Amino acid sequence: MVQYNFKKITIVPTGKDFVDIILSRTQRQTPTVVHKGYAISRIRQFYMRKVKYTQQNFHEKLSTIIEEFPRLDDIHPFYGDLLHVLYNKDHYKLALGQINTARNLIGKIAKDYVKLLKYGDSLYRCKSLKVAALGRMCTVIKRIGPSLAYLEQIRQHMARLPSIDPNTRTILICGYPNVGKSSFINKITRADVDVQPYAFTTKSLFVGHTDYKYLRYQVIDTPGILDRPFEDRNIIEMCSITALAHLRAAVLFFLDISGSCGYSIAQQAALFHSIKSLFMNKPLIIVCNKTDLQPLEGISEEDMKLVMEMKAEAMKTVMGQGGEPTDDEGVLLTMSTLTEEGVIAVKNAACERLLNQRVEMKMKSKKLNDCLNRFHVAIPKPRDQKERPACIPQAVLEAKARKADQAAEKERRKLERDLEDENGGAGVYSASLRKHYILANDEWKEDIMPEIMDGHNVYDFIDPDILQRLEELEREEGIRQEQEADDDFEMDGAELTAEEQEALAEIRKKKSFLIQQHRMKKSTAESRPIVPRKFDKERQFTSERMGRQLSSLGLDPSLAINRARSKSRGRKRERSPERGEDAMDVDNDQPSKKLLRLRSRSRSRSRPPNEVAPGEGFKDSAQKVKAVKLAKKSVKKRNKDARRGEADRVIPSLKPKHLFSGKRSIGKTQRR
Amino acid sequence: MRLEKCWFCSSTVYPGHGIQFVRNDAKIFRFCRSKCHKNFKMKRNPRKVKWTKAYRRLHGKDMTQDSTFEFERKRNRPERYDRNVTENTLKAIKKIDKVRVDREARHHTMRMRGKKTMEQREAAKELEQSIHMVKAPALLQQEPSLTLPKIKVKVSQQLSEENRMEE
Repeated sequence: MVQYNFKKITIVPTGKDFVDIILSRTQRQTPTVVHKGYAISRIRQFYMRKVKYTQQNFHEKLSTIIEEFPRLDDIHPFYGDLLHVLYNKDHYKLALGQINTARNLIGKIAKDYVKLLKYGDSLYRCKSLKVAALGRMCTVIKRIGPSLAYLEQIRQHMARLPSIDPNTRTILICGYPNVGKSSFINKITRADVDVQPYAFTTKSLFVGHTDYKYLRYQVIDTPGILDRPFEDRNIIEMCSITALAHLRAAVLFFLDISGSCGYSIAQQAALFHSIKSLFMNKPLIIVCNKTDLQPLEGISEEDMKLVMEMKAEAMKTVMGQGGEPTDDEGVLLTMSTLTEEGVIAVKNAACERLLNQRVEMKMKSKKLNDCLNRFHVAIPKPRDQKERPACIPQAVLEAKARKADQAAEKERRKLERDLEDENGGAGVYSASLRKHYILANDEWKEDIMPEIMDGHNVYDFIDPDILQRLEELEREEGIRQEQEADDDFEMDGAELTAEEQEALAEIRKKKSFLIQQHRMKKSTAESRPIVPRKFDKERQFTSERMGRQLSSLGLDPSLAINRARSKSRGRKRERSPERGEDAMDVDNDQPSKKLLRLRSRSRSRSRPPNEVAPGEGFKDSAQKVKAVKLAKKSVKKRNKDARRGEADRVIPSLKPKHLFSGKRSIGKTQRR
Repeated sequence: MRLEKCWFCSSTVYPGHGIQFVRNDAKIFRFCRSKCHKNFKMKRNPRKVKWTKAYRRLHGKDMTQDSTFEFERKRNRPERYDRNVTENTLKAIKKIDKVRVDREARHHTMRMRGKKTMEQREAAKELEQSIHMVKAPALLQQEPSLTLPKIKVKVSQQLSEENRMEE
C-alpha cells in the first residue's frame, strides 16, 4: 500500500533564487580562467561548456519539480479530488505545464547558442554569446516566477495534509457543524482536535487511529456540512464531500437530538436525505449524540418520525449488504460524548459493520483462496471417543509441585529483611553474620577471638595438639636449665690490681691523647701548610716543657734542662768579654751576630714591619714587604664596601627607603 | 588482619605501617619503614647490612634453629573455630614466648663466653708493652712497682733538687 506522503517534495525556489543558485553553481563548477591568447577552439570549448552546464542544471531542477509533484490523474481519486478541491486542478496543471515549457525553452536556447558558439571567432564574441545565452535562460525562469511561487505554496500545504490511507479500514464521521464529531474522535482516538462552541471549528480533515479486535481503524473527522445545493458549497465542505464520496468507509452520521448545535432535527434530516446518495454501499450508522441533554425517547412525534425515516434508509444499506434484516440495533445508536455513555458501543458497532462488509467483499472476490488460508484453522476430526489429554512427564509434574511448595514456604518463612525491619530498620539493626556457623558447640558462635597477640598472629599458632607440644617443650627446657646450672661457672683469669688498673687507664689516656693530636695535625695539614718545627713561632718548645714531660715519666729533668740552657745563646752571653771560649767564636760568627741578636729578643719588644721572623716563611725582608703590600691591597676593596672579610656578603638593606623615595621640588631625579 | 615481616630487617609490620611493593613477577616485598624501603631501592643485600636480622642470623649473632620457631607457622587452610583450642593456644603463646626469650638470652651468653678472659689478657699485654708511656724504663728498673710518677709543675735549678727528694 502506497502511503501518500507529500512531505518528500523538494522545495521549489523562487524565480530569483533559482537563477542565483544555478548561475553560482555554473561559476563554481566550471573553469573560470580564459585568456584571449588561447587557441580559439579552446576558447569556444570553454564557453560552450558553460552554456551547456547551465542548461543541464536548469533541466535537472525543473525535471525534479515536475516529477515530484503528483499527477492528479495518477493518484487515488480521493486525493485527486481532495487536491482539486483545495488547489483547483486546472491552476495546478497550468503551473506545472508552464514549468515544462520553460524547460523546453531553455533546452532550445542552449542548443541554438551552442551552435552559434561553434563559429565564434574571437574571445569577445564567444563571451557575448555566452552572456546572451545565459541571460535568455534566466529571463525564461523569471517569467515563470509566479508559477514557482504558487507551486511552493501548494507544496507547503500538501506537506501538512493528513496521511489518510484510502484503502484501509476507515470510519468516516459526518453531520452538521457542532454536533459533536470532533469530541467523538477525541474520545475514541488519541487525536487532539479542537472542540469549540462556534461552527466550522474543524476546517479540514483530521485522522485518528483506533483499535478493534486487533485491527487498526482510521477514523476521519470531517468539517460540518450544511444543507446547500452542491454548487454553493465552499472548500471546507467540499473536503468532507470528497471524503464521503471516495473513501470506502463506514459512515457515522451524527445527529444532534437536543438541537443545541443550532439546527433542528428537521434540518439535519433534510441534509441526510440530500447526501444519502453518497452512502451507497457503505455501512451506515445513525448516531444520536448529546443524549445527556435530550434523551431519544423524549423528542417530539415529528422528529421521531424523521429519525425513523433515516433509520429506514440506513436499514436499506444493511439489507443491501447482508441480505438478512439483521438487528436494527446496529443502525441507530445513541450516545453522549460528554458523559461518555454509548461511545464505545458506537465505535464497536461501526467497526463490526465495516469488518463484516469487508470480509464479505473479500469472500466474493477472486482472491478468496489466498485469504481463506489465513482464516482457516485445521482441527482433526476425532477418530474415537477416547480422551487424549496433554502428556506431561512425571518429573515435570513433581518439579511443579515442589515449586508450588517452595513458593508457599517462602511466603510463610521469615526473611532476614523482615527481621531487620522488626528490629529497627537498616541503620539500627546489624545482622549477626555468624548465625549460621556450623561449630562443634553452638555456644561458640558469638565468640570474639583475637587475631593478634604480643606481636604474633594467633592463627599461625593454632594447633589442636598444641598443649602436648608445649609440654614437651617445657620438659626440654627444664632439662636444659638443669644442665646449665651445672656447668655454669667460668674460670676467671687473674684480675688486675688497682695500681695496674690505674696504670692501664693512664696508658690508654695518653694513647688517645696522642691519637687526637695526630688527628688534629693531620686535618690542619690538609688545609694549610705547616711551618716546620725548626722555626718555633709559638715558642712552645721551651725547656720548661721538656722538664715537665720528663718528670711526668719519672725522670730527673735537671741535667737535661741545664744542658739545653747551656746550649742556648742569650744576649748577655755575647756581650760578656770574659767568656774566653766564645771570643774565638765571636770573630767567626760576626756576620751572624746581628741575626742572633735579633733572634734572642724578649717578647715585649715588637718588630719593625719589614723584619722577617724566622718562623714566618719568608726568604728575606724584601719578600715580606711585597707580601704585606699584596695583603693590604686585597683588603682595600673590601674595606671600601664595608665588608668584614671575603665571606661577608650581607646586604643590610637593599633599597633603603631614604635613598629611593621622595620627589624633587624642582628639577629632575636622575640620580640619587 | 595479619602481622607481616619486613623483608629487609625482619621486624614485624603492624597494620597501618610501612609500604608494600609488588614486583612484576608478583612477588610482594613488605617494608616496615622508609629506611628499609630506601635500602631496598639502593639494592642493598640485607645479609650484608649489619643491623638486620638476616645478617645477625647469618653470622651467628642470633639464634637460628630452634623448636620454638616450629610453633609459629603460616597455615593456609583455615581451621574451624574451637573455643578450647583457641584458649589453649592463647595461653601457649605466652609460654612459648618466654621459652624463646630465655633461649635467646642463653645463646647470647654462650656467645659472649670467654670475653672476659680475653679482655684481661689483652689488658695485661698492653700494660706490659706500653708502660714506657707513663713511666720511664730506667725508673721501672729501679722500682718495679707500677705506681705512677707524679707530674712536676715548674722546673728550675733549685726546685729540681726538691723534686728529686720527693721521689
